[in-house]
Amino acid sequence: MSLLATHPTGSTAQAVAESRARRRIRRRTVITVLALLIVAGYLVSLMVGQTNYSPADVLRVVFGQDVPGAGFTVGRLRLPRATLAVLAGLCFGLGGVTFQTMLRNPLASPDIIGISSGASAAAAFSIIVLGYGSTAVSIVAIVSGLVVALAIYALAYKGGVAGTRLILIGIGVAAMLDSMTAYVLSQAAEWDLQVAMRWLTGSLNGSSWTQTLPVFVALLVLAPVLLGQSRNLSMSQLGDDTASALGVRVERSRVIMIIAAVGLIAFATAAAGPIAFVAFLAGPIASRIVGPGVSLLVPAALVGALLVLVGDFAGQYAFGTRFPVGVVTGVLGAPYLIYLIIRTNRAGGSL
Amino acid sequence: MRRPKRLRSLWLLAALGVLTLLMLVSITIGSREVGWDDIFAALGGAADGFDRAAVATRIPRTLLAVVAGAALGMSGAVMQGVTRNPLADPGILGVNVGAALAVVSGMAYFGLSSATSMIWVAIVGAGATALFVYTIGSLGRGGSTPLKLALAGAATSAALASFVTAVVLPRNDIAGSVRSWQIGGVGGATMENIRVVAPFLIVGFVLSFLSARALNALALGDDLAAGLGERVAVARGAAAIGAVVLCGAVTAVAGPIGFVGLVVPHACRLLVGVDHRWLLPFSAVLGAALLTGADVIGRIIARPAEIDVGILTALIGAPVFIYIVRRRKVREL
Repeated sequence: MSLLATHPTGSTAQAVAESRARRRIRRRTVITVLALLIVAGYLVSLMVGQTNYSPADVLRVVFGQDVPGAGFTVGRLRLPRATLAVLAGLCFGLGGVTFQTMLRNPLASPDIIGISSGASAAAAFSIIVLGYGSTAVSIVAIVSGLVVALAIYALAYKGGVAGTRLILIGIGVAAMLDSMTAYVLSQAAEWDLQVAMRWLTGSLNGSSWTQTLPVFVALLVLAPVLLGQSRNLSMSQLGDDTASALGVRVERSRVIMIIAAVGLIAFATAAAGPIAFVAFLAGPIASRIVGPGVSLLVPAALVGALLVLVGDFAGQYAFGTRFPVGVVTGVLGAPYLIYLIIRTNRAGGSL
Repeated sequence: MRRPKRLRSLWLLAALGVLTLLMLVSITIGSREVGWDDIFAALGGAADGFDRAAVATRIPRTLLAVVAGAALGMSGAVMQGVTRNPLADPGILGVNVGAALAVVSGMAYFGLSSATSMIWVAIVGAGATALFVYTIGSLGRGGSTPLKLALAGAATSAALASFVTAVVLPRNDIAGSVRSWQIGGVGGATMENIRVVAPFLIVGFVLSFLSARALNALALGDDLAAGLGERVAVARGAAAIGAVVLCGAVTAVAGPIGFVGLVVPHACRLLVGVDHRWLLPFSAVLGAALLTGADVIGRIIARPAEIDVGILTALIGAPVFIYIVRRRKVREL
């Protein structure tokens, strides 16, 4: 309204164009700032720790030179860990915001509607009952994440999929899967239990390049797919009927988006465990920063990466005990989550 | 939809019969085969020898299953009545996790260990969470729709669960007992436990049952209920307290047992109709039968190990939940 007031004689089209341009600039600024913050956080988490190294040492290690001391600590321990943090965060942010936008409900993130539960239950089962190693566990988690997501979709299908039904059925499926996880955990031997619990809370301890690489590949393949759907995604926010009137093939693009988003989540979960609330929080935080009317995919992915990076760093050094990143994001995220529920229900809006 | 009184009485009698049968089965069947004479001896109070001792542990277990099932079934029926929401259930409303967080914090920070103090803590945690979830679930346009309530419950549960993890993780000493409590089962029942929760359950049952008439009035909508002379806020508060005390007390002794409160009232409505004066007692009987039956099944299918009843009820209940959701029109969600 204030825009129109400042242009008493100017045309409305001009005002709209200006506000659009302003939003685009704001989005670009936000993306730049977030990217810089991620780079800074990445470098800090490489340099700072039990022993600190100078930026020069770190850079030399990154570029493949052998530096005594730093070569092992930075190159073998911190570098894969920080890289996985960024990659997993990007995946969670991207996957989460896709679901939230598509289902037009910020509470409908993969960790609430059962997709993470599927991967978790399968991982707990394969660690404890089948005694699999980490690679096999990852594969099982990825496959079952996808299967559970498709099962939820199929169960919610009744002459088309309504977002509300999908969410509710996801919650029901999640409850069932969580109880299976609890049962499997109760049967575990002490050592397996620790492995499984670490996995289930979401942790970057002992990250290695073999875990990081699949996440990178998944991101490389699936992120462009999602970004390519971003037009359809923003149109689907207008409602299924309007979107299909605007030429979106709603059901088809929804299936593509679900598969891509679940793929990202599943690969990240397989490598780092279901890090609590990152998929959930990235979208709403990004939308608060960027403002309305622009695509949230990239900002949300960056926010996700920043959350995991900072959460992991804080979990390692900020408290007396070393907490895995999932606990830090979980505890910090919970109050924001509750605030978000209240706000959503009041306003009844989407992101 | 009126049901003839005779038919309802028949259904109630049949349900009581099934419950009695299941109780007998629960005492006779276990991972150890025991002869009839030993069973009767154990029922008479003897606990000498392996066989009789085994039966003697089945008695409190069966009793707890019956009491807990009855409490959860009734609690679910009352909650669905109070909220006029078909998905209201102690588990969905996040009551279990709320009680869990309260109990875990009590163990970790205040050194609570006595059964009575745990029950108080669990009831407070359960009540606070239920109230919180219901309040935020009914904010905004349309009141508490099933979708909003379920999402608020699921999100709150997730939030509280991560607090539980944060409390337990650095405390290896309590992790084991917390984990075994978190599954929900009646296997560890003792007469002592049952005696401690009994007063809470009696208060809960009485409060819930007394609110049956008021719930019938509330089903017509708040305005009509007020017009019929019902003090809406008081009636709703009393019924809600009864329901929360019931499920909080059960959660404290048996751990979180989900979906009994969801499934049972729906089944009962099919059989005896929507009159709460019938629905509440019927839900209690059927809930007891469901939990006792599930406990027996859990002992049989995984011999010689056992599957805790909380897991079985989730496996039975979640499909019913999905069925209820699928059957309703999108507009009603």
